Amino acid sequence: MTAVALSVNGARKAFGGLVAVNDVSFEVREGELFGLIGPNGSGKTTMLNLISGALRPDAGEIVLSGTRISGMPAHKIARQGVARTFQLVRMLPAMDAEHNVIAGAVFGHRRLWGAQAREAAHELLALVGLRGREHVPVAAMTYIDQKRVELARALASDPRVLLLDEWLAGLNPSELNIGIELIAKLSEQGRTIIMVEHVMDAIRSLCGRCVVMNSGRKIKEGNVEDVLADPEVVEAYLGDDDDA
Amino acid sequence: MTRLSSGEVLTGILGAATLGVLALLPLADQGYYLSLAINMVLFAALCTAWTLFSGPTHYVSLATAAFYGLGTYTVGLGLDYLPFPVLVVMGGVVAAILAGLVGAATLRISGVYFVIFTFGLAELVRQIVSYTQVKLSSRMGLYVFTDFTERDIYWMLLGLTAVVFITGWLINRSRLGFAMQIIGNDETVAKHSGIDTAKLKIILFMISGAFIGIAGAIIAPRYSYVEPPGAFSPMISFLVVIMALLGGTRKLWGPLVGVIPFTIVMDIVSVRFPNDTSIVMGLAFLVIVYLLPDGITGRLEQFWAYLKKPRAAPEAAPVEERA
Repeated sequence: MTAVALSVNGARKAFGGLVAVNDVSFEVREGELFGLIGPNGSGKTTMLNLISGALRPDAGEIVLSGTRISGMPAHKIARQGVARTFQLVRMLPAMDAEHNVIAGAVFGHRRLWGAQAREAAHELLALVGLRGREHVPVAAMTYIDQKRVELARALASDPRVLLLDEWLAGLNPSELNIGIELIAKLSEQGRTIIMVEHVMDAIRSLCGRCVVMNSGRKIKEGNVEDVLADPEVVEAYLGDDDDA
Repeated sequence: MTRLSSGEVLTGILGAATLGVLALLPLADQGYYLSLAINMVLFAALCTAWTLFSGPTHYVSLATAAFYGLGTYTVGLGLDYLPFPVLVVMGGVVAAILAGLVGAATLRISGVYFVIFTFGLAELVRQIVSYTQVKLSSRMGLYVFTDFTERDIYWMLLGLTAVVFITGWLINRSRLGFAMQIIGNDETVAKHSGIDTAKLKIILFMISGAFIGIAGAIIAPRYSYVEPPGAFSPMISFLVVIMALLGGTRKLWGPLVGVIPFTIVMDIVSVRFPNDTSIVMGLAFLVIVYLLPDGITGRLEQFWAYLKKPRAAPEAAPVEERA
């Protein structure tokens, strides 16, 4: 059995009276592609924000490869080796693709500089399918290409755990296939990935195990096939009429 | 990022040559033009120092007058006890400490509050200095008698401007400079990329504040009598912002392009229409914000990009390329 990359134990986060994440625990192993799913408003993104340090948990602890990261500020967690993308793609709009990616290589887990950082950026841009587009300003790129740049930036820090927050959302069907292939390729390379996702086909084809959240609680954990067939999970999805 | 490009070497040589020529200026004239030149070099140093912080972060600081006045007052208070060079350094240190405190208190909050806070702070410092002075001594101001001539002050300010430029250039080449660019683009991305945004902003604000304090210390001997309304004048803060924005804050030398014409205009206005300087400042501000939001140098860059554009159209077929 492979080592645990990230473990979440009893994480809790409340906004006033609303408990967005309520006593959630799970473990992600090295090299695993782990799904975090659930209907809208179930607390998935909040969970991701707790892991990446955008928010601090009210209770519980989050441990990355033996180091407790819960309570650390976001930049320290990034240096420990957690990288993320955002639900709404976030670019450094005044820079080109290359520098957007270099930004991830210079300050994060890896701390490259100069020619090394540039080389790493070029390799990653090639990996995500943007070879030859290094000097295009990101402001002039299409949505999927911006998402590719954002993914390359997250990878540039060589993270222990990569968090994808609905990375496939907003893509058209052909782009979706490209995106799924790309994530599969990263997983084959041995990356540990946690993905929050609404696209069920993607979860089915990509993830081995997943956690299902509803109203802030974890309602199921296990193999994707079993979990998605579970009556409680089906009800959670069908009972929520603004999502599928 | 590590080795010097030929362009950088050329810029360095040009800069050194310009500095050499400017250093000879006082030999040609010791009257009006030297006086005007001192104003220019003073604001060149102030605006460039201001831009070190406000350029990349887009946080508009109106605390310039506080740092500047503290520098001036350090010299005024200490001149009987300590040598001038020591006081100049102390002026920078005092300003840097204040900048550090302000930074720690405000840089975690958003830009708008920062503007208001820095403005209020400058006024507060001015009031405190006035109050203390009236309480502890009988007069409003301080005498600053030195043997320095206008020439000496000009040379010192010119040297300071050179140091500010070199510092800015070194920062731009460093991780700190790149981090500041990322922060200016998207602070959330900066944090999640591993950048300690609060700490770096405070460091840069302190560097910027120190240089402004040093400028205030160097200029002190020019006024044989300093008092709070002059040394801490909010006009200094506003002028620095206007000149820097007029020139453009994206490039290190951007503010210079604003400083030179604006100093001349302000000089003419203050001689011919001494009561209307505020009107000119207000109008200038409106014109800059409406017509030149990125400053003169920003406009030039856009024009440059426009001229170069027609040959490349990179964003035509986005989806075909496969991973």
